[in-house]
Amino acid sequence: MTSQVEEKAPKPIPQKRSFRRSLTIFARRYGMQIGIFFVFLVIWSIFIIGAPKTFLSREIYAAFMSTIPFFAIMALPLTMVVIAGEMDLSFGSIMAVGMLMFVGVFQLTGSVALAAVFCLVAGFLAGLLNGAIVVLFGIPSLVATIGTQFFWRGVVLVVTGAKPASLVPIKGTFLHSGTVGRIAGYVPSQMIWTIVVAILVWVLLNRHRFGAHVYLTGDNEDSARLMGVNVDRTRMLVFALVGLAAAFAGLVASLEVNYFWVTLGEGYLLRTLAAVFLGGTSVFGGTGTVFGTFIACFIIGTIEAGVVAIGLTGFWTQLIYGLIIVVSVAMQAILRKRLA
Amino acid sequence: MDYILEMRNISKSFGDVHALRDVDFAVERNEVVGLLGDNGAGKSTLIKIVTGYYHPDSGEVYFNGKEVTDLSVANARKLGIETVYQERALAVQQSLWRNIFMGRELGNRYGFLDVNGMKTKTEKLMLGSMGFTSSAVAPESVVETFSGGEKQGVAIVRALYFDAELIILDEPTMGLSLSETRKLLNFVQDIKKAGKSAIFIDHNVFHVYSVADRVVVIDRGRVAGEFMTEDITLDELMNKMYQVAQTGHMD
Repeated sequence: MTSQVEEKAPKPIPQKRSFRRSLTIFARRYGMQIGIFFVFLVIWSIFIIGAPKTFLSREIYAAFMSTIPFFAIMALPLTMVVIAGEMDLSFGSIMAVGMLMFVGVFQLTGSVALAAVFCLVAGFLAGLLNGAIVVLFGIPSLVATIGTQFFWRGVVLVVTGAKPASLVPIKGTFLHSGTVGRIAGYVPSQMIWTIVVAILVWVLLNRHRFGAHVYLTGDNEDSARLMGVNVDRTRMLVFALVGLAAAFAGLVASLEVNYFWVTLGEGYLLRTLAAVFLGGTSVFGGTGTVFGTFIACFIIGTIEAGVVAIGLTGFWTQLIYGLIIVVSVAMQAILRKRLA
Repeated sequence: MDYILEMRNISKSFGDVHALRDVDFAVERNEVVGLLGDNGAGKSTLIKIVTGYYHPDSGEVYFNGKEVTDLSVANARKLGIETVYQERALAVQQSLWRNIFMGRELGNRYGFLDVNGMKTKTEKLMLGSMGFTSSAVAPESVVETFSGGEKQGVAIVRALYFDAELIILDEPTMGLSLSETRKLLNFVQDIKKAGKSAIFIDHNVFHVYSVADRVVVIDRGRVAGEFMTEDITLDELMNKMYQVAQTGHMD
């Protein structure tokens, strides 16, 4: 395909890149990820030293692997939304909308598979609607998703009359064991799903054209448009993927407790967002990693148990959350400048 | 005439602002056309219609003699129109290779990227055409760290890498040092030698005069006049430009 360019150019001798320079490039590329992993190790060590009995036992990790996925499954695709320079505050409500659909379809047809499919489709479409509002009307996503967050929660409350629904009939089906069952009696299935989602999002972001366009859109929308990137389609899709993940997370969280509460998802908003930002994704868009978010989910998810286990009262939890988030994000800001 | 690009009766408004009114504009095969005009004259709008970024309100665009009705950025690039934008159109937080292949990443039909292929090609381009012989730059380097001239180099090499028929350079000398400007003007001459066509837009009459075969002057959304550079001296052109800026017409 090329071109006058390569042919006419003289062949220069490629210089060997110095070790120091390679190190800089490596640090710039992986610095944030190394940083967040280091934070994770420090916090973990503190917990092990402070409460060895708890943090050297198998049970605590089984508990983490069962509860962290509820928000980690959403935080991973949410990372793509933030990289694209957008924001989503509606995923908590979409969790409930998905389950509303699940319960409705299950009661109508008695089919677990059909109910699960409709649940996921509802989540995808609700997310797509977010994207459509942002793209078609040019409303900032922060505002648009505050709106849809109230709207979808309202829909759930109106339709159900705020009455919860039992999911006990689902127990014993393939869906139940496939999403929240325990593998070898120990590893919760939802942990496997979280890893699957992490791998899928990583591949999309790093090895697929879609992910390349997500980074470009968030980095410089005008440049991306000038170079022929379909910015609008990219935006719509990232929102739709978060919606899809939210519906799945809602399904997993509900099946775990065998109940659909209409308040499902209300507690997840801030910790999911916190995980994305703690993981080093820039609020301005253009940068962010799946690894960072993944590790940050485990930091956020272990603090509560850790704080109690080392003998502090639960009141300390939020204080320590705040401290870790502010300190880490400040560290990242400094790191970013240093590495630039 | 053998035109590679021909535009007839192009008009474009943004609200109340008539950016272009009934503009006729053409580029012959293997011709370098200089586009001159004051700020807001409509040069960039005209260019962004050629590249598919804006759609004209009325008028026709012909490429290689065939009318093109569905001109989008992607289609324009497929036709062989490449652009070096005034704003450079880089994503500075991304690596060099991602910028080179922006919007047309190499990959298979399922959209999976050929990352190694892109990195290797970027490395070749860097050492060959971009003149980045310093060991400080790698395909993985983030563009943010580059100097103004280096960034411009990225934008130009990106346009030249893909086998372009028509290369558009929109204010390419902006922010360049003297030697970088010289290099750029040589680039434009190379385009001509390679049998390709170019549209060269600049404020600077000297730059345009030195490389263009023909100069088109745009003022307030209209074509105010055009000259073959061999028929006019630089002084005459300067005077005409001055007159256009004052009165809106040539005579």
